[in-house]
Amino acid sequence: MSTFALLVLGAPHSTSAEQSAWHFSQALLAAGHRLFRVFFFHDGVQCGNALQLPTAAGTAVPIRWQQLARDHHVDLVVCVASALKRGVVNAEEAERHQLGAGNLAEGFDLSGLGQWIEACILADRVVTFGP
Amino acid sequence: MSTSKQIAIVFRQPPYGSSFAREALDTAMAAAAFDQKVSLVFIGDGVWQLIANQQPQAIGQRSLEKQLATLPLYDVDRLYADAAALSQRGLHTGDLSLPVEVLDSDAIATLLKQQDVVLSF
Repeated sequence: MSTFALLVLGAPHSTSAEQSAWHFSQALLAAGHRLFRVFFFHDGVQCGNALQLPTAAGTAVPIRWQQLARDHHVDLVVCVASALKRGVVNAEEAERHQLGAGNLAEGFDLSGLGQWIEACILADRVVTFGP
Repeated sequence: MSTSKQIAIVFRQPPYGSSFAREALDTAMAAAAFDQKVSLVFIGDGVWQLIANQQPQAIGQRSLEKQLATLPLYDVDRLYADAAALSQRGLHTGDLSLPVEVLDSDAIATLLKQQDVVLSF
């Protein structure tokens, strides 16, 4: 049994990064491993954007990660620096910058790269899903 | 954090066409700030990030070269570049802004195998 941490660098639908990461998560959990944290960085921050509709294929991206997080106690962290410049904000940041409502999906936390470094230190295996 | 892991950051993209270079460097610096043993490995188009005398103000961007120059402040001095990537692009160490160790593919593979964590951007 190993503990995994995943880094997601792509936005939903634009690249296959998020989809690969999600399927990989399902597989590692089914194989009896633990998924500690998923860190959404670069365009991956869009995975935490609540304002997206599902495609005909099924569930909206943030919702399937929410389900995963709830069922398996996984931390979902969106990089704050990457997110703010790409228009993914939580309620506090929206208020602070007078942007109207926040759009960070429930179950996701906005935090810094330190959370990713911590995940690299604590996990047995780290996998990047990028370009 | 008391554990110090060997973390390699692999840079594969050119410097200004996307934000990967900058975000990869931010990750390397965060790892160094947390006292991890950080190595930076430049392969493929990533070697372009190392070019000296970058003038990105002409395209309205901040200099990656200047950010790379701050690496010694974080005690990050393990920089490696792929030999084939440099020669395929007509580059040699004299064109670069930082001292790097030039390694062939086998040596890079060996280096990456020795790491606890490999992050690829």
